[in-house]
Amino acid sequence: MNAMNDDFFPELQKYPLSDVSRDIMACSDKEVLRALETAENGAWLDARDFMALLSPAAASYLERMARTAQSLTQRNFGRAIQLFTPLYLSNFCTNRCVYCGFNTCNAIHRSMLTLEEIEAEGACIAATGLRHILLLTGDAPKKAGPDYIADAARRLRPFFPGIGVEVYSLTQEEYALLCASGVDSMTMFQETYNPELYARLHPSGPKRNFHFRLEAPGRAASAGMRCVNIGALLGLDAWRRDAFFTGLHANWLQARYPGVETAVSVPRMRPHAGSFDQVQPVRDRDLVQIILALRLFLPMSGITVSTRERAALRDRLIPLGVTKLSAGVSTAVGGHVPAQAHTPTAMQAHPAENALSTTRAKQNVGQFEIADTRSVDEVAQAIRAMGYQPVFKHWEPLEGEEYACGALRQ
Amino acid sequence: MTSSTNDDLLHIGDAFLESRLFIGTGKYGDDAVIPAVAQASGAQVITVALRRVDIGNPKDGMLSHIPKNMRLLPNTSGARTADEAARIARLARAAGCGDWIKIEVISDNRHLLPDGYETAKATETLAKEGFVVLPYMNPDLYVARDLVNAGAAAVMPLGAPIGTNRGLRTREMIGILIEEIPLPIIVDAGIGRPSHACEAMEMGAAACLVNTAIAVSGHPARMAAAFGDAVRAGRAAYLARTAPVLEGHAAASSPLTGFLGECHE
Repeated sequence: MNAMNDDFFPELQKYPLSDVSRDIMACSDKEVLRALETAENGAWLDARDFMALLSPAAASYLERMARTAQSLTQRNFGRAIQLFTPLYLSNFCTNRCVYCGFNTCNAIHRSMLTLEEIEAEGACIAATGLRHILLLTGDAPKKAGPDYIADAARRLRPFFPGIGVEVYSLTQEEYALLCASGVDSMTMFQETYNPELYARLHPSGPKRNFHFRLEAPGRAASAGMRCVNIGALLGLDAWRRDAFFTGLHANWLQARYPGVETAVSVPRMRPHAGSFDQVQPVRDRDLVQIILALRLFLPMSGITVSTRERAALRDRLIPLGVTKLSAGVSTAVGGHVPAQAHTPTAMQAHPAENALSTTRAKQNVGQFEIADTRSVDEVAQAIRAMGYQPVFKHWEPLEGEEYACGALRQ
Repeated sequence: MTSSTNDDLLHIGDAFLESRLFIGTGKYGDDAVIPAVAQASGAQVITVALRRVDIGNPKDGMLSHIPKNMRLLPNTSGARTADEAARIARLARAAGCGDWIKIEVISDNRHLLPDGYETAKATETLAKEGFVVLPYMNPDLYVARDLVNAGAAAVMPLGAPIGTNRGLRTREMIGILIEEIPLPIIVDAGIGRPSHACEAMEMGAAACLVNTAIAVSGHPARMAAAFGDAVRAGRAAYLARTAPVLEGHAAASSPLTGFLGECHE
């Protein structure tokens, strides 16, 4: 293999957008069958095979794809589904993403958790049995900067051996700071791999920089993240194309950073505060085809399905290659502890946030509407009912051996 | 575990084991099946990924399902370097999991192949700290010799890439280790069927570790019993000195040198 470039962008450029759409739409049954047989024989698929599995022709082979996806997933991951929940730290945002509830132009209540509130939220979430948490913020580094996120991680480490971040794009040095603070995974949705559409969807704000966001997972991997999770927001562009580039990006990351676990998410557009109404349809059947194609192309990568999807559908997706589910979710800042339960100490620590905290419960608006409102227990029960095991803990931090001895939880 | 009428015991560290089948705890749809699997298999050693154990939680689901009479073999799953493996091993010991440790150092998440150099370094470090070290490795003679020199108690070559269930794809290399390495050879990874385990034991492997093939089978306890039988059968065949198999050519009914007795010199 030739020496790999440090950036994914040159790889992306090898696939002109119009060519990708044309090639996917033109795939024949013969090409689908070739890809399927390759996967069934346990061999690796190439990009052309992946295109075939995303093509209209593959829609006739979903059941066969599903059986292979299930077999590959059980061999590599077992009958196990990892659980986590997001914790929104802040919804201050300087971007104008037209599809997002946190858009700086949206007249929603803005707030940000104090460190004491973060700890209280963590205790509340940990009481559900979860041991992995995903921290989210809007894009407002002057309010919720890397130091604040790092402080949050340090406060939460005693409760959670696994901490991920889904925040704005950072520099490698900033990712390294988070790693040193106990963060072990990062999630970054490119939203769309179509640069022209991306520019229209992100008219202003730091997120407008397509390239800086595109290379963020690579910077995170270089900084020491154990896992990088990527995805496109399905429904912004034609789904086949964005699903193709998601898989291609994950495959490139896996080859470039073999020591880092790669994972993909398949978020579909959900109702949100704002006015974006040009959503490209992604039917349930399409979502299933995406998951199956990703599984066959990336047999060693995790696949996450969030509470954007309704409960009944999430349950049926479990045997198709999914390895990770969120549970007990709120997409509002805080959201796990009622505002009145936060301590006076916390308010004294950050008086500027006082008024916001006390009214948060009434006024808080989520980034998007969730479709699966089940508790952690209910999701775990549903996983068991499907013959799978809910996994609450799947990593042990190594940066401080005292944590693993349980000293901080006793 | 140390007293038995069986005179064919597997000696590793301070243990004399009757069963030559090691089992795992990963990939089950429900950990509650582990006691039945353990009993059906007859295994005395069970490996557990420390990353999955909720240390400090006395009600941790997985550990509570492991029969008390089994020897825990914590593994360093998730370690990418020798240093990380050593840290995990120390955590396991501090958490009360004992001194046995299965070293897994994998820094390629695409193929999940073990890193021989880092594995040898971790083995050396941990053996000096008094661990009974069982390193998972590619069946490479030079790496195996490094592991012997580093203080390993056994070596655990893969039969095929982990999780593939493809059987003894590395058969020739494992055969060389059995011939050359003065430690128990425990075939780990890739064993998909009881017949694969039987084949490894017939070759002279000291034991087999089987997880995926049991955990994701249709009936884990029955499959565990089948593997137990296969390992015992293979071991018995090995001890009985399996008749040599003629490869490639049939035996000539008319000896090529028969003429020698007919010659009148």
